[in-house]
Amino acid sequence: MIPVAKEVGSLRTIAAGGIVSPTGNPELSPEKEKQFRRELVLRALQTLQKEV
Amino acid sequence: MNTPIRVVHYLNQFFAQVGGEDKGDVGPTFKAGVIGAGRALQQALGDQAEVVATIYCGDNFFAEQQQQAIDELLRHVAEYKADMLIAGPAFESGRYGVACGAICHAAQQKLGIATVTGMDEDNVGAGLYRKHIYIVNSGATIARMVPTLQRMAALGLKLVRREPIGKPADEGYLSRGIKRNELVAKPPAERGVDMLLAKLAGKEFHSEIAPPKFAGGKPAAPLRDLKSAVIALVTDGGLVVEGNPDKIEPGRPTRFTTIPIHNVNTLDADKFDAVHSGYDTASANQDPNRLVPLDTMRELAREGVIGAVHEFIHSTGGAHAAVENATQIGRQIADQLKAAGVTGVILTST
Repeated sequence: MIPVAKEVGSLRTIAAGGIVSPTGNPELSPEKEKQFRRELVLRALQTLQKEV
Repeated sequence: MNTPIRVVHYLNQFFAQVGGEDKGDVGPTFKAGVIGAGRALQQALGDQAEVVATIYCGDNFFAEQQQQAIDELLRHVAEYKADMLIAGPAFESGRYGVACGAICHAAQQKLGIATVTGMDEDNVGAGLYRKHIYIVNSGATIARMVPTLQRMAALGLKLVRREPIGKPADEGYLSRGIKRNELVAKPPAERGVDMLLAKLAGKEFHSEIAPPKFAGGKPAAPLRDLKSAVIALVTDGGLVVEGNPDKIEPGRPTRFTTIPIHNVNTLDADKFDAVHSGYDTASANQDPNRLVPLDTMRELAREGVIGAVHEFIHSTGGAHAAVENATQIGRQIADQLKAAGVTGVILTST
């Protein structure tokens, strides 16, 4: 959905876990999924610190 | 013989030949007959209609005391028993454009008469009133005064006579966002392929759907220091408290819900739901942290990576959102976040 976000003017976007679970992945084990979410959120926080 | 249609013409102080910016505070006034460009309007109307009076008002007066200006001007319009109000054209003049739009809208609503105005598509008045009234696209400069008045006159006469109004491109007015069914020989697939072939061949084609225009936002300054940042979580994925107490719509949203998360460390499946008509919510319902990463954010706050998590989650069901509604929802959420001192937002989208 990144192209849609950009089209409507979003300035800081990152690709996440997919449409139905942006900050998760039901295929992963609970521990791995938590790790995935943590990395994703850290990436989002880094993006907030970026100049656009 | 039919009696001619009675028309009142609205002008600002400049076009009413009262004066320039220095006369912007002139109050609402009227005069029998035409003034200035009103002559060209009368010519365009021909013998089927008569400009019986001209009403005018300084742009600043109108902007500052809009209700008073409208009330007084409409009184004159009613006294002259007008069948139609023609305002402007205002070209690219913003205050004049807003005044033209406001007086037409009010005349239509309160007197039930036909109204037409003219202005440039980028005039702020066009954005405010194009959905409610007929606005002929005048272009930005006065050079197109006469052809614009001709179009306004032709459109106005049709409106008074209750004749069918053609498409915006054919009649020269700004699209009002109205959709009408139309019978055509070719089915949509064929029309689509025709358009695509024309596009590939570099030929002219006309889309049947006007793509919405999005106003780009000004980028916020980057967060300098995460350790003192207050981060809010927002989603268009339809997160709600179990049972959806605010009754947000699963699609075509008109509102959002504000979910208090004070002392909530994780989004438990039995306390929160996802309500959304645009994706399969099973995964999010199983673990709502997959939709809004509250558990991780709390963890990062505890570790001191971020300052704090904002104590409310804002959520809407973003499927098939009308641009106007989405814009309003976004603005309201942003206002609340700003007022609460939030410094950064993670918005998860489905």
